[in-house]
Amino acid sequence: MSVSKGVLLIGGPSKGTRMRPLTLDCPKPLLPIAGKPMIWHPLSAFAKVPGLTEVIMIGFYEDSVMSGFIKEAKREFPNIAITYLREYKALGTAGGLYHFRDSILRAPVPQNIFICNIDICSAFPFTEILELHSKHRGVGTIMGVNVRKESAQKYGCIVTEPESQLMMHYVEKPDSWISNTVNGGVYLFDKSLFDEIKIAMDEKTARAAEDPLVKPDEILRLEQDVIVPLAAAKKMYVYQCKDFWRQIKTAASAVTANSLYLTRIQKSNPDFLAKSSPNVISPVYIDSTATIDPTAKIGPNVAIGPGVTVGAGVRVKDAIVLEGTNLEQHSCVLTSIVGANCNVGAWARVDGKPEPEQDVKGQISVTILATEVSLAPETLVRSCIVLPNKSLNRNSANEVLL
Amino acid sequence: MKIIGGFGTRLRPLTLSWPKPLVEFCNKAMILHQIEALVKAGVKDIVLAVNYRPEVMVSVLKKTEEEFGINIHFSVETEPLGTAGPLALAREILGKDDTPFFVLNSDVTCVYPFEAFRDFHIAHKCEGSIMVTKVAEPSAYGVVVTKPGSTVIDRFVEKPVEFVGNRINAGIYIFNPSVLDRIQLQPTSIEKEVFPAIAADQQLHSFDLPGFWMDVGQPKDYLSGTCLYLSHLTATHSPLLTDPKQNKWVYGGNVLVDPSAEIDPTAVIGPNVVIGPDAKIGPGVRLQRCVILSNATVRDHSWIANSIIGWNSNVGRWTRVENITVLGDDVTIKDELYVNGASVLPHKSISSSITEPRIVMCKF
Repeated sequence: MSVSKGVLLIGGPSKGTRMRPLTLDCPKPLLPIAGKPMIWHPLSAFAKVPGLTEVIMIGFYEDSVMSGFIKEAKREFPNIAITYLREYKALGTAGGLYHFRDSILRAPVPQNIFICNIDICSAFPFTEILELHSKHRGVGTIMGVNVRKESAQKYGCIVTEPESQLMMHYVEKPDSWISNTVNGGVYLFDKSLFDEIKIAMDEKTARAAEDPLVKPDEILRLEQDVIVPLAAAKKMYVYQCKDFWRQIKTAASAVTANSLYLTRIQKSNPDFLAKSSPNVISPVYIDSTATIDPTAKIGPNVAIGPGVTVGAGVRVKDAIVLEGTNLEQHSCVLTSIVGANCNVGAWARVDGKPEPEQDVKGQISVTILATEVSLAPETLVRSCIVLPNKSLNRNSANEVLL
Repeated sequence: MKIIGGFGTRLRPLTLSWPKPLVEFCNKAMILHQIEALVKAGVKDIVLAVNYRPEVMVSVLKKTEEEFGINIHFSVETEPLGTAGPLALAREILGKDDTPFFVLNSDVTCVYPFEAFRDFHIAHKCEGSIMVTKVAEPSAYGVVVTKPGSTVIDRFVEKPVEFVGNRINAGIYIFNPSVLDRIQLQPTSIEKEVFPAIAADQQLHSFDLPGFWMDVGQPKDYLSGTCLYLSHLTATHSPLLTDPKQNKWVYGGNVLVDPSAEIDPTAVIGPNVVIGPDAKIGPGVRLQRCVILSNATVRDHSWIANSIIGWNSNVGRWTRVENITVLGDDVTIKDELYVNGASVLPHKSISSSITEPRIVMCKF
């Protein structure tokens, strides 16, 4: 069996601003979704891939930010090495990979290198991608996903030859529609990827030398600078993902991702979730340290974090409730994210609309309460984004509350 | 003495199911509040000026006639006669003897001090008396101006631009039968045509209404009027109110609950709530400033404020209903919804939130 390694591109504090206000006090990769940090989901999928020896995270966060999670992850996945490599300079996705090539290629030398973006919610079918990759032996395989025609142009669009799964064409965010199959943010490359990156780098330097208008830099992007020429050279293949897939770009999409992951866990690992009962409608994750009144009704699609208190007659549905928050009696939390250490008063209602297929400018869908927000009894907060440490004692709708 | 009452349509969707005089106000049909007060003042004949004669009203008032030993006549207009025309139509009954008669606007709620009003009228010996009430902002009403140091009405000022007084027409009058000579059987406005004529003859007096007054013709005012009436019951230590000392679920007082209603002891109700016969209020329900009409059900953990829940309606669990929402007869609100300022027509089932005020008429 050939050796594989996984690379997780986790970004840094300057990324993930669209996830605000949640990422004001929690780094995006560690944001709890379905009871686990966002990054845990691809990591646990990597741990199941035969022959995978190591997962390497590359990002801009300080080591101390990631160290707690890495310590826990090593304990949970003892059979794989878990490393965090911190970037100090923005080199682009391909540039960063190349910068760390020696660490990635360290023994055991991998034949296959998975690269996975952090900001997606997916079933992560790594083993299936590996199988397809092993058959065609091109330089790389990209996970293609199908999206609605109206939104395809927001992504990297892929044209595939149906018989051979060969990638014919790749355009990042095209001006006109070319395909409903888009880049799912998961790739598998042969170790010769680094040779291809080197070629791309040299070409870029050569272009810069010829053109006085191009400012030379070291930034090299995986999509435009590496995949586009690989597609042109017929060295890339496409694995068509049939399972669920969503971007986790905005705070609202975390609610969607939460329900998709919970639904998946309900099939794969039901013991991780709360048992179904008249007042628990699956799938629901409840941390073992949370206190739930038996008259509260919870679910479906709810994740409740550590130390949360849920009072009598409370209703929670399609929501994420983070650590240490208190929901007082008869309050409702629907289609919302309630940040850490919030207090929702009795009969208060935190209510949102489901994330729309397409973002409408100026319209808030899911309600987000950031850390330590306090909501007075009987107040209504609907489709609002509330920044940390706010005390609200009046009704609000469709507002950002600073 | 006699009464005339008109009809309105502004209290829809409630009045789609019941004629407005029969819509309950604080657990009693609006018209019964007035009839009882009139009976107390010695009235024996009551004329209802109506534009149609609903069977249901006839049968309800039949019982009232027997109960109080009075005669109730329906005076049916075949064409709209304004506010004064119906008096001419009922000339035969109103003018059958020399005793004065009351005229009431059916949309008004107050303490109905008919005996004092009658005594005032008899004492000044003039043709008519108008009950007036003080309002904070008279600019939206017709202001009644009296002669200095007297109760004799000098003139009427419609929607005054500058302050001329804050006493407005409360919609309750008393007249001698001779006033009928001033009215033809044709569309006539009592306020604009008849009153100025009587006032010109210095035959019209104003009587200050003690206590609260409210035109309850619209849902918003119906709720305000309910609060005023409940406060009046509290101030007079009425035994009709639910005693907070014996019912821990009463919060802040002004709560009127029919004895046949079922209230879960974990509900928190008040202030300013009326609950009708056979209504059911579930566990953990929070009600304030609202009216629950007969046989309606409010299920567990719901929150209702500033709204009217129609007869036989069903409000699901964990719903939030507010902002002058009016549910007609037999409306169902599904669990967990938010209903903001909706007017819902009878027999509708609501299965998605109504986030902005609107009228729910048919399927959507």
